[in-house]
Amino acid sequence: MICLGIEGTAHTIGAGCVRDTAGHCDVLSNCLRTYAPAHGGIHPREAANHHAIHLADLIHESLVTAKITPEDIDLIAFSQGPGLGPCLRTAATAARALSLSLNVPLIGVNHCVAHLEIGRGTIPDCTDPVLLYVSGANTQVIAFAEGKYRVFGETLDIGIGNCLDKFGRMLDLGFPCGPKIEALANQGGRYLPLPYSIKGMDMAFSGLLTAAEAYYRNNEPLPDICYSLQETTFAMLTEVTERAMAHTEKTQVLLGGGVASNLRLRQMVETMAKARGATLFVPTKDLCIDNGAMIAWLGIVMHASGIRMPLEDSMINQRFRTDMVEVSWR
Amino acid sequence: MTHQILYRGAEAEIRVSTHLGKDVVQKSRLPKHYRLPEIDHTLIAYRTREESKLITEARAAGVSVPTLYDVDLLGGVITMEYVKGRRVKDILNTLPEPERKNLCILIGKSIALLHNHDIIHGDITTSNMIIADGRVTFIDFGLGSKSIELEAKGVDLHVLMEAFESTHSQHPSCFHDVFEGYKQVFTGDADEVLKKIEEIVQRGRYR
Repeated sequence: MICLGIEGTAHTIGAGCVRDTAGHCDVLSNCLRTYAPAHGGIHPREAANHHAIHLADLIHESLVTAKITPEDIDLIAFSQGPGLGPCLRTAATAARALSLSLNVPLIGVNHCVAHLEIGRGTIPDCTDPVLLYVSGANTQVIAFAEGKYRVFGETLDIGIGNCLDKFGRMLDLGFPCGPKIEALANQGGRYLPLPYSIKGMDMAFSGLLTAAEAYYRNNEPLPDICYSLQETTFAMLTEVTERAMAHTEKTQVLLGGGVASNLRLRQMVETMAKARGATLFVPTKDLCIDNGAMIAWLGIVMHASGIRMPLEDSMINQRFRTDMVEVSWR
Repeated sequence: MTHQILYRGAEAEIRVSTHLGKDVVQKSRLPKHYRLPEIDHTLIAYRTREESKLITEARAAGVSVPTLYDVDLLGGVITMEYVKGRRVKDILNTLPEPERKNLCILIGKSIALLHNHDIIHGDITTSNMIIADGRVTFIDFGLGSKSIELEAKGVDLHVLMEAFESTHSQHPSCFHDVFEGYKQVFTGDADEVLKKIEEIVQRGRYR
């Protein structure tokens, strides 16, 4: 079976084709464009306009790259939520139109669950991981327990990516700020104390962001602030992930989301995993960030387990919680 | 002396030992090599100190906690009474309904006693409560703090609510029963705490 997946929850619009080969995910194509605001944060309408402009070309590109024709497509999947309404609606509308014109089934999927399933689908040894999902909007520690993907820890205020972006915007680093903060942090080495805020298994980043901004206003060297910002926030993420692993007694950890590209974060999670005798898995970068292939793969997984979605149930859900998904395929 | 490891958590090891002829457990916070030594040392000393202070205060508040015997701040080791019993996590799902309800009410009352003295446990999960001698003994104050804020009390109970949802989802009334007990003992305005919890739930992403 071949599925075309359309991702459109926030900055990224993506179209990807995947094939199910005996339960393994073969990524045939994974094309995307990213909306970068000229200044400030994401503007939902502007992002949706960007997506609408690029989506038709992207779908074409994803078919050409996959070396398939529209007739080869057996299933259309799209990101049903969570995300920004205008972006979700743009992707969903395109998916519905394709499903109707090609006369193939349509399936809406949960974006956060897709980040986890793409790890399980593309990495053979990754069977039952705790996912540390770190992106702009989302910061969640997710694992399968009692029939659902449950959130064992999450941010109580802003996502880690958003925290880094907000700090970077103050410095006019340009979107996305993460890689630039990482490069600056690599030049720093003096630790400036920042609040370390863990409540149970949940985290808070906004106070720490304010403290980092105060260091900047007090003319502390930027590399040291970036270094301290990364060291503190990533230690919090790693600690919560370890707590979830201890609680669920799982021995695999998976990274997902744009911030998973950060090498220092990977190093910290890997050190933690090794100390516990656990294994770290990181999907390839194009599958870590928001992308259409992961949406397509979750579509296949859900369809194979018998889930069908009538057109009238394909409304988007901006607040689609990870633990709202009935996981019938595990 | 080498001692049997009773439990290895994410943060610390619990070992069985003896102290002045008594069975004790030693909670040792282990260095975490993934984080900077600066962060690690500060966290370990701070959490060891806070935990031992809070355990003492919780006892004074009338909540069952292990008796403290020794605290080593630099080594991150707390030596305390060995509470021999079963974790609420392990028995809650198997208890008959009336007993489960009673246990939840008792848990709620104990949390209210803590909150009456502004003690925030910080990690109220069913793994951190032990049933022994008909009492619920609270362990692991490692993420605890003192706070007069309604917010802190709300977050404290919200942690338990999430633990129920993730580990005891087949018994959806547990949190309701806990709150019933909480309300009976809490000297502040329990309805305000409940409102705060609802606010915290709403504040979570994508609710």
